[in-house]
Amino acid sequence: MIINRKNQVPDRPMHDMLAEPITSPTAPIQGAAEGRLVRLSTARPGDRGVIIEVRAESHPGDHGVGVEELQRRLLEFGFVEGAGIEILHEGAIRRDPIAVRLDDMRIALRRRDAEDVWILLDPR
Amino acid sequence: MSDTVIRPARVALVGNPNSGKTALFNALTGARQKVANYAGVTVERKEGLLTTADGRSISVLDLPGTYSLRARSPDEVVTRDAVLGKLAGETAPDVLVAVADATNLRLVLRLILELKAVGRPMVLALNMYDIAQRQGLRIDLEGLARELGCPIVTTVATRKRGIEDLVAQVDALARAGDLSAKSTWREPDAGEIRQAHREAQRILKAHVRPPERPDTLTGKIDSVLLHPVAGLAILLAVLFLMFQAVFTWAKPVQDLIDQAFQALGGLVAHTLPPGLLTSFLTDGVISGVGSVLVFLPQILVLFLFIILLEDLGYMARAAFLMDRIMGGAGLHGRAFIPLLSSFACAIPGIMATRVIDNKRDRLTTILVAPLMTCSARIPVYTLIISAFIPSRTVLGVMNLQGLVMFGLYGAGILSALGVSFVTRRFLWRGAVEPFLMELPTYKAPDAENVARSLFLRGKIFVTRAGTIIFPMMILVWFFSSFPGAPAGAKDPAINYSIAGHIGRFIQPAFAPVGFNWQMIVALIPGFAAREVAVAALGTVYALGAGDAQPGMLATTLAHHWSIATGLAFLAWYVFSPQCASTFGVIKRETNSWRWPVIAFGYMLALAYIAALIVYQIARAAGLG
Ligand SMILES: Nc1nc2c(ncn2[C@@H]2O[C@H](COP(=O)(O)OP(=O)(O)OP(=O)(O)O)[C@@H](O)[C@H]2O)c(=O)[nH]1
Ligand SMILES: [Mg+2]
Repeated sequence: MIINRKNQVPDRPMHDMLAEPITSPTAPIQGAAEGRLVRLSTARPGDRGVIIEVRAESHPGDHGVGVEELQRRLLEFGFVEGAGIEILHEGAIRRDPIAVRLDDMRIALRRRDAEDVWILLDPR
Repeated sequence: MSDTVIRPARVALVGNPNSGKTALFNALTGARQKVANYAGVTVERKEGLLTTADGRSISVLDLPGTYSLRARSPDEVVTRDAVLGKLAGETAPDVLVAVADATNLRLVLRLILELKAVGRPMVLALNMYDIAQRQGLRIDLEGLARELGCPIVTTVATRKRGIEDLVAQVDALARAGDLSAKSTWREPDAGEIRQAHREAQRILKAHVRPPERPDTLTGKIDSVLLHPVAGLAILLAVLFLMFQAVFTWAKPVQDLIDQAFQALGGLVAHTLPPGLLTSFLTDGVISGVGSVLVFLPQILVLFLFIILLEDLGYMARAAFLMDRIMGGAGLHGRAFIPLLSSFACAIPGIMATRVIDNKRDRLTTILVAPLMTCSARIPVYTLIISAFIPSRTVLGVMNLQGLVMFGLYGAGILSALGVSFVTRRFLWRGAVEPFLMELPTYKAPDAENVARSLFLRGKIFVTRAGTIIFPMMILVWFFSSFPGAPAGAKDPAINYSIAGHIGRFIQPAFAPVGFNWQMIVALIPGFAAREVAVAALGTVYALGAGDAQPGMLATTLAHHWSIATGLAFLAWYVFSPQCASTFGVIKRETNSWRWPVIAFGYMLALAYIAALIVYQIARAAGLG
């Protein structure tokens, strides 16, 4: 069953509501009341939540395009703060790539390109 | 505006990939451009004409799909430049038709906000409205139209519904001719994209109610087809079934056609007096062109599979499953679909690489695309396989011939991965480009579309037989017939012909790979198009047989060649650069002679080495 997640997405994008910007790029930040904050690149099938922030910082100079460009592409594909996301599938080799449901779309991407997408997981 | 009276108004179809722009273009103009269920089908601009109810013509432009006007790959550049009127000798279109998949509005709404900055009158075509209705999606059309400031038409492009409405709206806007607004579009930065998303989200929330019966089927199918183990197994099984089918399903029809051509040849030989004309008709035309046309059923079976998979929405899934393997070989994720298209023909495959943004990634894909087994190799493979591989059932269910065919396709794929790996390792060690791909919802293939695409494919094949193979066969027949045999000669006349001399002159270079001079005579015209080699073999052996009734070509070959030679010929054909138009397209797409020359050189080298290895091993194994 696919539950429509749109109803759970707040009107205002989540990242506006967070008073302080997320600073540590490496350690996932714990303690948000609803669940865990993780990089999309580390999420597993079945994980679902809301995109909190899309950054431009991982692997600078190693994407063939700049990190800013990668960020813009992610945003254009709908990886945007406030969007509901669920990890659907992963590949056989090194669990890569992943397929996600992003609001009403299904999108495939590689884990290394997903590092800058931070999601707040729903409690299981 | 007086301008619009002189030239037809111009409209451009713009929208996200896979939203049905080309289907709409076909419905509007009666064209037959390719429509399929994956992103990135259209990579060029295509123009067509439509006539309004009161007889005015409007020129329609179909464009590659995009998520933003910020073009990133060559195909998206086409869209941006066409919309902004930057293409050489072209002004911006008079009216934009934003084509949206009604069931997937979020991203296209953001694109529409970008398009509004271009300042052209716009109509929103809410396409796939049939699916939206089936899902019980409720869209407040009036509110949305007011909000966006443009009229909305609901359409079902594949059923030609809503087309008159759309034409009427476009016509009205074109006649109003409001071209006063200047384009204020510029590349948005991350903040502006976010802002636009927020705006799109707000509009969506205000005017679109989520579907009552959302599509759950796609999720269910995906949980099987994208399963890490089952998914890969199914992908392999599908490919395997495809190549088996190419052999077993097509065989009965193929035999019928073969017999028909033989009967025709026999009839001509009996009714016409023996002489040059009869020889030309039977040996040149019927044995030559006929031996290629025989493969029409095979081509159709292959394309039936490909078209069904494309329409179903499986291509993107296959790309997902293969991504890691392709990435390991240094290929870009978006290279998968161009390479898969190369199963049909390397030419559309090479053109489809325009969806790849990075230049080196694109070049690598272009270089290896000709290694994928194109349909023009099918006649060659089938002929040699039926001559030298017994039709046995192995492992209970598999046909040995089909298995060899599968192996040849496998060899093509593996060598493409290998060459790409080597290129990326030693020539261009670069960063890995980001790769994002939409997985479209599954759709039941539309019988009419399948039939139309299949017919088109068959037509292309037959046309090729008429336009490339036929003239080549006239040449082959001519060079193989003149000069005639001297008086009192015992050998068939072809041995004394120009072709015979050329073949025997070059043959020593090919002795290590076991090719005889007849094969050389077939290979040379085969550089024009691969299947010409089969036609040429047909003619050469028909002429060589003298007055005897020509039998099935496969039987003749089995009689004249050793198994080792047959296998070496197969190995040669996996790699050989036998297609002039492929290199023409590489030249065009890369804008330099360098890349076609490099591709030709490396393929020739690989072909010779592969044939050499196979021939020597087979001889050592006693098959010489
Ligand atoms: N049910 C339904 N299917 C449609 C409709 N319009 C298009 N399709 C299907 O949607 C898929 C995509 O159609 P295309 O016309 O190739 O889409 P496109 O926008 O040209 O795609 P690109 O060229 O890749 O940008 C195909 O499988 C079509 O058969 C529609 O109105 N209803
Ligand atoms: Mg198209």
